[in-house]
Amino acid sequence: MNTRQQSKLIYSWYGKPLSSDRKLRISQYKGILITSESSKTETCIQLGDFILVEGVNADQPYVAQLMDLYEDGAQHKRAVVQWFCRLEEIPQNKRKLLKREIPAQEVFFDQVLGYDTDIAAETIIKTIMVLPLHLDEELPTVTLNKEQTFYVRQSWDGKCFKVLSPDTFSKLKEANKKRGVITNSSKAFTPSDILTPVKKEMESVVRSATKPKNADMEIESKHSTSKSSLAKERHSQRVANNDIKTPTARKKLELNSPTRSKAKLLGCEVLGLLDDDCDAMAPLEPSAPKRKVKFTGEILGSPPKIPCSNDKSKPTCETAEHRQRSSDTIRLSPYTKVKDFLEKDRNLDEEDDILLSLVGYQKPSSQMPVLTPRSRRTCAQKTNALIAEQISLLKSHGKLAAEEDFSSDSDSSYSSSSEEEDDDDDDVPCTPEKTPKSSKIFSTPKSSRKSAVHTPAKTPKKTGTPRTPRTPRNATPEIPRRVQAAQEPASVLEEARLRLHVSAIPESLPCREEEFQDIYNFVESKLIDGTGGCMYISGVPGTGKTATVHEVIRCLQQATENEELPPFQFVEINGMKLTDPHQAYVQILEFLTGQKVTATHAAVLLAKLFSTPGPKRKTTVLIVDELDLLWTRKQNVMYNLFDWPTQKHSKLIILAIANTMDLPERIMMNRVASRLGLTRMSFQPYTYKQLQQIVLSRLKGVKAFEEDAVQLVSRKVAALSGDARRCLDICRRATEICELAGQKKNPEIVRMAHVTEAIDEMFSSPYVSAIRNASLHEQIFLKAILAEFRRAGVEEATVQQIYHHYVALCRVEGLQSPTVSEIMAICSRLGACRLLLVEASNKYLHMRVRLNLSQDDVMYALREE
Amino acid sequence: MSKRKLKESSAESAECISQVQKILRERFCHHCAAGKLFGMEQQYRHLLELLKRTTVHGESNSALVIGPRGSGKTALLNHVLKDLREMEQVRENLLEVHLNGNCQFSMKNPFLSGLLQTNDKVALKEITRQLQLENVVGDKVFGSFAENLAFLLEALRKGDRTSSCPILFVLDEFDLFVHHKNQTLLYNLFDISQSAQTPVTVIGLTCRQDILELLEKRVKSRFSHRQIYLMNSFDFKQYMKIFKKQLSLPAEFPDESFAQKWNNNVQHLSEDKTVQAVLQNLFHHTKDLRSLHLLLMLASSAVTVHHPLLTAADLQEASRQHSTDSKANIVHGLSVLEICLIIAMKHLNEVYDGEPFNFQMVYNEFQKFIQRKAHSMYNFEKPVVMKAFEHLLQLELVQPLERPSARAQREFLLMKLLLDSSQIMDALQVYPNCPTDVKQWAASSLSWL
Repeated sequence: MNTRQQSKLIYSWYGKPLSSDRKLRISQYKGILITSESSKTETCIQLGDFILVEGVNADQPYVAQLMDLYEDGAQHKRAVVQWFCRLEEIPQNKRKLLKREIPAQEVFFDQVLGYDTDIAAETIIKTIMVLPLHLDEELPTVTLNKEQTFYVRQSWDGKCFKVLSPDTFSKLKEANKKRGVITNSSKAFTPSDILTPVKKEMESVVRSATKPKNADMEIESKHSTSKSSLAKERHSQRVANNDIKTPTARKKLELNSPTRSKAKLLGCEVLGLLDDDCDAMAPLEPSAPKRKVKFTGEILGSPPKIPCSNDKSKPTCETAEHRQRSSDTIRLSPYTKVKDFLEKDRNLDEEDDILLSLVGYQKPSSQMPVLTPRSRRTCAQKTNALIAEQISLLKSHGKLAAEEDFSSDSDSSYSSSSEEEDDDDDDVPCTPEKTPKSSKIFSTPKSSRKSAVHTPAKTPKKTGTPRTPRTPRNATPEIPRRVQAAQEPASVLEEARLRLHVSAIPESLPCREEEFQDIYNFVESKLIDGTGGCMYISGVPGTGKTATVHEVIRCLQQATENEELPPFQFVEINGMKLTDPHQAYVQILEFLTGQKVTATHAAVLLAKLFSTPGPKRKTTVLIVDELDLLWTRKQNVMYNLFDWPTQKHSKLIILAIANTMDLPERIMMNRVASRLGLTRMSFQPYTYKQLQQIVLSRLKGVKAFEEDAVQLVSRKVAALSGDARRCLDICRRATEICELAGQKKNPEIVRMAHVTEAIDEMFSSPYVSAIRNASLHEQIFLKAILAEFRRAGVEEATVQQIYHHYVALCRVEGLQSPTVSEIMAICSRLGACRLLLVEASNKYLHMRVRLNLSQDDVMYALREE
Repeated sequence: MSKRKLKESSAESAECISQVQKILRERFCHHCAAGKLFGMEQQYRHLLELLKRTTVHGESNSALVIGPRGSGKTALLNHVLKDLREMEQVRENLLEVHLNGNCQFSMKNPFLSGLLQTNDKVALKEITRQLQLENVVGDKVFGSFAENLAFLLEALRKGDRTSSCPILFVLDEFDLFVHHKNQTLLYNLFDISQSAQTPVTVIGLTCRQDILELLEKRVKSRFSHRQIYLMNSFDFKQYMKIFKKQLSLPAEFPDESFAQKWNNNVQHLSEDKTVQAVLQNLFHHTKDLRSLHLLLMLASSAVTVHHPLLTAADLQEASRQHSTDSKANIVHGLSVLEICLIIAMKHLNEVYDGEPFNFQMVYNEFQKFIQRKAHSMYNFEKPVVMKAFEHLLQLELVQPLERPSARAQREFLLMKLLLDSSQIMDALQVYPNCPTDVKQWAASSLSWL
């Protein structure tokens, strides 16, 4: 990205148009040249290459594969791509489905519908590598250039992750090969040595089944560099046509063992391939020298990292070098030994043949003796002088595994693999001849495997505790959990109270159907059109604005899941939850892209995001709650917010919520108000009938309230504010009063008396009772204030003036007249309660005093005595 | 009685006396955690139920405890919390955050107060600290206020009713939080208490009766409108009972016979007419228990080895001290010249009906008195008078109307007298060795005619 900004890049076509459509004036090309002016470098990107595409987030460009290049009628260079998505692009809640850690370099084959695959060619940044891996394969730790290599294991279709179909897998392989990239699949295998035993164990079986293809691809890639691209293309077509049959496999076999007879060779070769991945089981024979040449790069890289102790299943392997050699030799070494066992294991391995065929390995004939991992392992063990009884044991295990395989679908290779892994675990420890060292090492991982790997694979939903590791960088704060479980409501009243709590989410929102429909229709239409727009929603507090909008979003999300609507992103900001209006940018950007930047930078990025046609952008639905708090003197926050939806490519729908109906006219500049548009909706305060309905709908099925009691509350609240929250609060308080009153008797229902008490409690003015409970001198002081007000005719007096009246009143009452200090104390006490409004006390006698309530109220309160 | 015996008994009683002093002072200074509650059983029950529901059922709530100063708001809350913690099902299930205008920080009971947490930023940091969330974040240094807020909201949003530990927010001096910008903190706290997040109970303590009018409409709507009023609604009989309870020694006092004697004396005191008059007077002035504590504190400090029991006179003396006029007290210590100036100002106030005056006017008035009437007064020079005037200014008996600027001449700065004429007359009555002609002049500005 940076380099792009620094130097201008020139995009030009590579070669002549492959084909052109005269009518549409479209011409297709096979490659594009990117020339950098400053560095004078030229890169050629061809069809099928993997590329980085400029994205929303500058740090994380999109990954894609170039499928097509063409120039349209308007002379724009366009490209059609197949997307890959990064983990960051997958919604948080879906990431859990993965149940494993995703390294930064891993991407997912994107099958989400609705992404625009047609992009401007100028957004292409550079080529990279995307290597397909099997699900259970580990990422190679040693890579040539980390930043330019990505790995793909699974595909993502917006709902779930799937294993790459063999078809796509081979296509991806092919694409890499074409570039002449030597993708040493064994490079991907070797790190398995480094793996913790747990993971390795899990891999072993499925890998063994699927790996052959991988392996032969690799080998083919080595040989195919010399071949013509035409042949490659044909080859890839072949691959595409035939999912199961991979001709490459055969080709590879021939290449590898040209001297052997075909029938035998095939079986052996298969074994070899199987063993290839299962290097762990490889007997430690001195490797053929030629292998070493092949893997020199690897030898340099990996050995130092290999912890010896991890290698549990390779008991005799001690030194890194040794292991290295073994991994090289795997392919050849078993051949001779296996042959002896072929006949023996034939029966046992028939089930495993099926497993192989499931994964798509081409099997010459069902009778053909093919060795499964287990049998292979037997071989390995044999070579290591394991006893013969072992075999029978293993046989039974093999059968078990095969049975389980039968029961599971071919789709669920994941779960079946875990099943197999389990069996693998079992048969290894039962070999008594293990060296003490290996068994010791083995014992520890077993328990950890059981807990860590085994459970998630078998019971994916049950693991309730979040398994995401807590990294200090983006630590997610959490309130400690409670020690004892929260009690569930026991009585009817408690149940009612729970339901009446404002936080309780009702199944439906009664009395707001019309508004709901309006908002829903608005957003839905914009979503379908793929355009943007604003809607202003107003209403006094507690009229269900935010609740309704959230309900709309919930319904829309449901519709999206049912694929009735295009997918959209939902972002919510609340003016009250921002410390500064400009923080709105930061929050929106963080929601959209996960970047954390300063407010000004965020504004720039957002403006760019919404003004340029993003290739992979979904519509964004933005809820701006408490809009009035986003007001700034220049109103640029509001301006930007409402300006973005008007832009062509923004795909932004804004639902702005505030209290005042005429907010656009009152506080917004004309240009802001104009952009907000005229789509407005106002939520009227609830009428008493609606409030009653709300309460009753919440209380459905719980007989806790008298009908009249609910009506009284509703009428009272409707008359005052129409605030549903208040209504619910009063009802809740009434249940408490009822509970308290009827503690001894049977639980009764809330009656009028309780509701009246609750209403009184909440609406009564505190002033009168405060005055009545004031001390005698405080009351006299208030009387003196009234007298002074009446004398002067002004509703303000200094303490000195009041003091004179006060002394006189005290004489009338026959009380000792207090000193000025005491008067001041009284005055400040009353001032603290805000019965009086007083000036700062340093003015002493000249402090001015006013009443904070009407004179009539004071008189009423004092007269009652 | 032998000398030694006398000594022994006096040493013993000295021990007793110091014990008594200690117990009483702890009680009066509110150090004693188990201060008793008077006349607020209903409020106590309400608050206890409220908090119990929060802890047991995980129900979110918000409430305000409103009452004048010294009415026992904090005492009530502390009592409820103490009793709550003793309950089996509640212990360990409640996190408390106390935000305070003042103080009160302890490891277990954090408070938020409007006087300490003067803005939302400080308050948020304090909340994070008290919730011990900073441990979770590791050594992350908190960045901006915005990050802080987002962090905390995120933390609270994650919880739910059944699994998260309920949090109690105590906002002392609640009215001061109202003045924070946009009332962001209050909005967010109340919003959490009204939505399905971590169970939260917000208790505000305030003395302002008009607190609800100060809340912004959105904040007000989210507040559940539970108000617990503490009104000091007891009458004088109960007041006397409180007096007795506050003064009597507990049963576990080491020297039983002394405690017996002391408590009997307290009983006698409460029946004494003069004591009742003193208390009645105090009761009429204020029902606030703190002023009673102050009075008793003053009285109990008179208790010594030679004067082991409180007497009615002690209380009377304490009451006198308690109710003395502070400004008039200052007047007692003034020189005759300064007294004369004050009298001159008093006359000016009478003539011009409280209009402000300047030094020159006062000096002229003083000159008139010196020339016509004074026999005993020495005619001071103007700078000396000026000096005396400035002394009055420093004592804040006189206050300038506006800030003295460099340009304005000091003689012509407009001033106001901060004393009432009755205060001056009272002070003169008790002023020692006041010249008779000054007294006469004070009585009437026209007396020299």
